[in-house]
Amino acid sequence: MSEVKPDLVDVQIDGVWHQFPKGTRLIEACRQVGAEVPHYCYHPKLTSPGNCRMCLVETGMPPRPMPGAEPPQPDESGHLPISWIPRPVIACANTVAPNMGVRTTGPITEECRKGVMEFLLANHPLDCPICDQAGECTLQEYSVEHGKGESRFREKKVKKPKNVDVGPRVRLDDERCVMCSRCIRFTDEIADDPVLGFTDRGSHTVLTVYPGRELANNYSLNTVDICPVGALTSNDFRFQMRVWFMRETNTIDVNCATGCNVTVYSRQNKIYRVVPRQNNDVNSDWMPDSHRLNFHWIDSDARLTDPMVKENGKHRVATWSEALAKTAEKLAPLSGSEIAVIASARMTNEELFLVNRLVKQIGAGHVEIVPRMGEADGYLISADRNPNTNGVKLVLGLANPGSGLDRVKSGIEEGRIKAVLCLQENLVEDGGFSPELLGKLDFLLATYPLANPTTGLADVVLPGACWAEKSGTMINVTGRLQRLNKAVDGPGQTLEPWEIVRDLIQALGGGNGIYSVTEIFKQLAAEVAAFKGLSWGQIGDLGLPLIETGETIPALEREKQRKAAGLIVG
Amino acid sequence: MLAVPQDLEAEIDERITHYPVSKRSAVLPVLHHLQHHFGYISEEAVEWTAAKLGLEPIKVLEVVTFYPGFRQEAPGKFHIRVCRTLSCAMAGSYELMDTICEKAGIDRSGVTHHHPIAVSPDGKYSIEFAECLASCGFGPVCMVNDDFHEAVTDVDGLLKQYS
Repeated sequence: MSEVKPDLVDVQIDGVWHQFPKGTRLIEACRQVGAEVPHYCYHPKLTSPGNCRMCLVETGMPPRPMPGAEPPQPDESGHLPISWIPRPVIACANTVAPNMGVRTTGPITEECRKGVMEFLLANHPLDCPICDQAGECTLQEYSVEHGKGESRFREKKVKKPKNVDVGPRVRLDDERCVMCSRCIRFTDEIADDPVLGFTDRGSHTVLTVYPGRELANNYSLNTVDICPVGALTSNDFRFQMRVWFMRETNTIDVNCATGCNVTVYSRQNKIYRVVPRQNNDVNSDWMPDSHRLNFHWIDSDARLTDPMVKENGKHRVATWSEALAKTAEKLAPLSGSEIAVIASARMTNEELFLVNRLVKQIGAGHVEIVPRMGEADGYLISADRNPNTNGVKLVLGLANPGSGLDRVKSGIEEGRIKAVLCLQENLVEDGGFSPELLGKLDFLLATYPLANPTTGLADVVLPGACWAEKSGTMINVTGRLQRLNKAVDGPGQTLEPWEIVRDLIQALGGGNGIYSVTEIFKQLAAEVAAFKGLSWGQIGDLGLPLIETGETIPALEREKQRKAAGLIVG
Repeated sequence: MLAVPQDLEAEIDERITHYPVSKRSAVLPVLHHLQHHFGYISEEAVEWTAAKLGLEPIKVLEVVTFYPGFRQEAPGKFHIRVCRTLSCAMAGSYELMDTICEKAGIDRSGVTHHHPIAVSPDGKYSIEFAECLASCGFGPVCMVNDDFHEAVTDVDGLLKQYS
């Protein structure tokens, strides 16, 4: 017998022996060795009711000899022979057993899959040409691999409710539903808002939202993500774009300090949707609706497209060099202590690194950020609505970000501060600076993606790219270093904030020589202790833990508990 | 909220104690008690049951809609269930249904999968098809409230008994 650790069991999958920890679900064991088992209802983050029957596989165990008969002998590899069981089992809810055999291919499993597919399609409307899920639908994918190609059903298809408003953001087509119950389990187990259920079970089974209630919780759109077919669709994305035309960019959400991992779907420089991307150390498979839908402004008419300078009280479009030259001219007569730099905790570490350089170069007397504290929702939304407060602490060196904002205000009030460089912030609406106060300044520079009351007052306005238009790194609430990747180009003359800050440094007489965000990261890694030895590529798509903050993400903690209790695979 | 008499509630509370592991298991008996008393399971009854058992209302609704035995609409004073399973169907249960409807003045044109019960305008009689009532040798068979009637031929006489 080969050496077996006590918590590992030998399992033969498709003819090859492997070892798995006890308790591993068959479906996970198969996946780990590259034998993907098709499934609809199984989801590693939810309980397994085993109701879709798509993951049926053939299994076998060593034969049990009759009393008195010779027991089976191990072969030369040390494994007992396998006696195959004619009855298939579901791979999602069964666990590995010692000396078990699994066949994910072969006549029995193939016949099962064909049969299940035939049943699932018996009443399916096959309206793929107008279905939003087309292109990312497991019903389509498995039809290619496991379908019969032809149905034997000649009866009329069952009519069920279509185009049902189950909530403000989610729409239901009951005829497309394959009754996997993932959405029901999600609302029940993760979102704690169990309003969905199956009524009229039988040939008329319908997914129903309880009469008088609606699927309105802030995580409702995750049901659309986990729906394996086109039954639940997003009102926001519905009929907007065929999924195969879109480009996927892996980046992170910047609406709060959690930094949910997301994939941005865009086509021809326009973003069509943002969906959560699995990261078991940050957001699991989920994200809040409020965050995922907060991208339409990126494509709005309120975007700044060109640098502007104010002349005789009116803004006019200028070139970048003109705007930068004007800034240098206005700042030249001022001493450092008369200049305040207000950066943003929405900036990346790389941007903040250059801001730090700018501050040192002009000897700015004040440097601050605008804090954004709200309430945590107990799931994924952090109380800190700035995505990179930890980066501000680490890279910009502010011990208590936001605490000095009042000193800046009083400095302006008393005339000690004569110029403010507002980088990617909105001082009037988010920072509590009144227009009158900002009016006292000799010079105000504002960079921002959108026109806002602050840019309206600024002497020089520079269009700065938003989160989806830039690359860089941020540190989330738990201290994880994560990467933003540019999904689309900013409109018009927009530059990424790090480019703007670099150009400002240059215009104010400093050096240049930085041409990419990865170069800044290299310098950052060389100069800031916490980043020592790190490379851009090392961070990868899932980020890496950088510092200890002692903070946790409630939804993840509950998921860990459910995993430890054996309720979910995780 | 549903007005459940005290003695009924006491009875229901006692029944729930029969399910010490999971109160959810008591859904069926509670619903039976409520239907027996009120004649059907109203929306309020679903919510009352859910609150009683500490469940979400949707979990109760799932059960109510699964069993044809639970009515979601008020029946008449006398609720007739006509068997339509094979033996009775061959023995004339569809004709029996038509005759009862005609004599009792019931219009079944609005009956659907989701609304199986039709009620006479005066609210005295209601009717629906039922599956096998377990007297296949003596079709057509029907039940009026809890009374069982075999080989029904005299519809006038039947209705007269319940007037």
